[in-house]
Amino acid sequence: MELVTDAVAGELAPGGPLPTIVIEPAARWPGLNVRELWANRELLVFLVWRDIKVQYAQTVLGAAWAVVQPVMTMLIFTLVFGRLAKIPSDGVPYSVFTLAALIPWMYFSNAFSAASASLVNSSNLITKVYFPRLIIPIVSILSGLVNFAVSCVVLAIMMLWYRVTPSWVALPMIPALLLLMILTATGVGCWLAAVYIQYRDVRQIVPFIVQIWMYISPVVYPLSLVPERYRTLYALNPMAGIIQTFRVVLLRTGQIPWGTLGVSTIVGMALFLSGTLYYRKTEHLFADVA
Amino acid sequence: MRQLTIGARDITKKYRIGGPAQRHASLRDAITHAATAPVRGMRALMRSRDERQSAREAEEFLALRGVSFDIRQGEIVGLIGRNGAGKSTLLKILSRITEPTSGRAEVHGRLGSLLEVGTGFHPDLTGRDNVFLNGAILGMRRHEIARRFDEIVEFSGVSQFIDTPVKRYSSGMYLRLAFAVAAHLDTEILVVDEVLAVGDASFQKKCLAKMEDVGHHGRTVVFVSHNMMAVTRLCQRTILLDEGRVIADGPSHEIVGAYLRSGLGTTAEREWGDDSAAPGNDIVRLRALRIRTHTGEISEAMDIRLPVRVEMEFDVLTDGHSLVPNFHFFNEEGVCVFIAGDHDPAWEHRTRPRGRYASTAWIPGNYLSEGTIVVSAAISTMDPVAVHYFERDAVAFQVIDSLAGDSARGRFAGPIPGVVRPLLKWTTDFEPAMSTNDTLSMHP
Repeated sequence: MELVTDAVAGELAPGGPLPTIVIEPAARWPGLNVRELWANRELLVFLVWRDIKVQYAQTVLGAAWAVVQPVMTMLIFTLVFGRLAKIPSDGVPYSVFTLAALIPWMYFSNAFSAASASLVNSSNLITKVYFPRLIIPIVSILSGLVNFAVSCVVLAIMMLWYRVTPSWVALPMIPALLLLMILTATGVGCWLAAVYIQYRDVRQIVPFIVQIWMYISPVVYPLSLVPERYRTLYALNPMAGIIQTFRVVLLRTGQIPWGTLGVSTIVGMALFLSGTLYYRKTEHLFADVA
Repeated sequence: MRQLTIGARDITKKYRIGGPAQRHASLRDAITHAATAPVRGMRALMRSRDERQSAREAEEFLALRGVSFDIRQGEIVGLIGRNGAGKSTLLKILSRITEPTSGRAEVHGRLGSLLEVGTGFHPDLTGRDNVFLNGAILGMRRHEIARRFDEIVEFSGVSQFIDTPVKRYSSGMYLRLAFAVAAHLDTEILVVDEVLAVGDASFQKKCLAKMEDVGHHGRTVVFVSHNMMAVTRLCQRTILLDEGRVIADGPSHEIVGAYLRSGLGTTAEREWGDDSAAPGNDIVRLRALRIRTHTGEISEAMDIRLPVRVEMEFDVLTDGHSLVPNFHFFNEEGVCVFIAGDHDPAWEHRTRPRGRYASTAWIPGNYLSEGTIVVSAAISTMDPVAVHYFERDAVAFQVIDSLAGDSARGRFAGPIPGVVRPLLKWTTDFEPAMSTNDTLSMHP
């Protein structure tokens, strides 16, 4: 008898009792709703997979772009900043010195620029179907990881070539730095994406932000070049601590700048939280303005 | 009574005029707006309360005004109304794409929304990849898609191209595949917006059958359509929206009939401006459809006694095709009254050179029945048969039978059934009866 009832209930409602959704005006400050994001993880994976597949399917050079972009930039920087401007490189060849910074920097900048445009580019999706909107910028941030991995291989080859051995702390530190970078890029990307969909001027602003941000980060010069009294101010740029630490643990060019990294972590987390919360707050507008 | 599936209470949606996208065209405007706020505040204070009120109202547009309804499990409900009545906004709110400005709805069960087919399809990915991607976007689980994959591909009929990038598909194949995924969406509630307006006629029929099937599995469907025939066929119940309000809710046949008779649903003229929106292909494109009186005026109201001109304006873009314009006339019950193709020998066996054409079909007076006639327009090539476009339910007009006494109605004032109402020629043979009395009186 009980078996029969169960079978009937199972027919009507696969997966247990029916969920109830309440539709009402948006709350002033909706939380992140991590549970809903988790429930939609398959969609997230599909969209990341789509981005990667499309990127590699239709470009002639495919994965080579992930190599060409940092290598060409490295060559130019080595020529201009290393040879001509003679910027010190903490005792390692300038090319490998700048490449070790370019790789995290390029991941970060490409990730947040892609995320900032992602929402506008997905307007066909957000006006036609519901899913947690945070997925859109997160997909852009995550699909850049493939290029990051490929360019890391280039860096490894360069390090072998110049016989630079990384420090053992790189093993726990690199994943930690990567995570911090992902969270920071998500925060910045969410801020920009949420503003971009309302004000299209952001498209002009983003390349400008990328350019300026690179010069206020230790990409072409070492952190040691920044005067001591400005270090705290300098560390407010979360990428300052991240890039310098990335380079230090890989190339053993000095001590881990714990103070700078600490400030960077706090600022990065603040960007992540404020960005995602602002995004959630303005989310109800997206479908109407897209 | 069956379980409540959707309960909507007092749903209101307010948009700013011109769409919120144009609120501030740029960041600069927004900054200027913010900077001048104190000045505006002062000015606003000096204005009277009524002035402020009307200024605010002028900027706003109420897409929905206090919409309430209950939908129970297993019901298939049609949502009709003219453009701008709020149908799409309501579907978007139920689908959680946008939020109501006020009001509340409760939805019990997983809700799948098909506001368009092929959402998220990527041209560079193969059919197979797109099935998985689109399924995931519509809310299907990976294992569900994998389990039903063969069924989906078979339904679409594009199995031999399933590993080809969809950008190489014809538009028909693309739509078939997209609809196949959508048709296999397995949620308890389905919200569908006009997606049947795609594809060729036989595939449309297949989709209609699939949708009817959906209802028989205890699933709840909310279905927006301009296709009154589909609404009356699929839905037992219909909700009629006008200007953001529910103005009628009841059995489909009644509501659809009332809607069409009210004239809300008719339009005697449709024009397609830009190329992308106009029905057609590289050979021929529809430009305009017009209903005219016999004297040439565009009108929705036609006297039953007078001829009606149905005009199709189209551009032929490629030389060398013989093209037959044809009209399909349906009444408000969705019955096809007749189909008329242009078989004028001057054009039928001759290819049409490029240029603009206007073909007019003359429906004789005293032929149609009273009521609404909904016209679909198509252009076909006969040998081999190809349909270049088929614009369903594109224009409509009312046939009015006045009580003048010289129509087929005669002096009878009550309702008259029938699909057509021709004024026939009657002949009478009369033979006087032979009666003794008459004979006697006539011949005294």
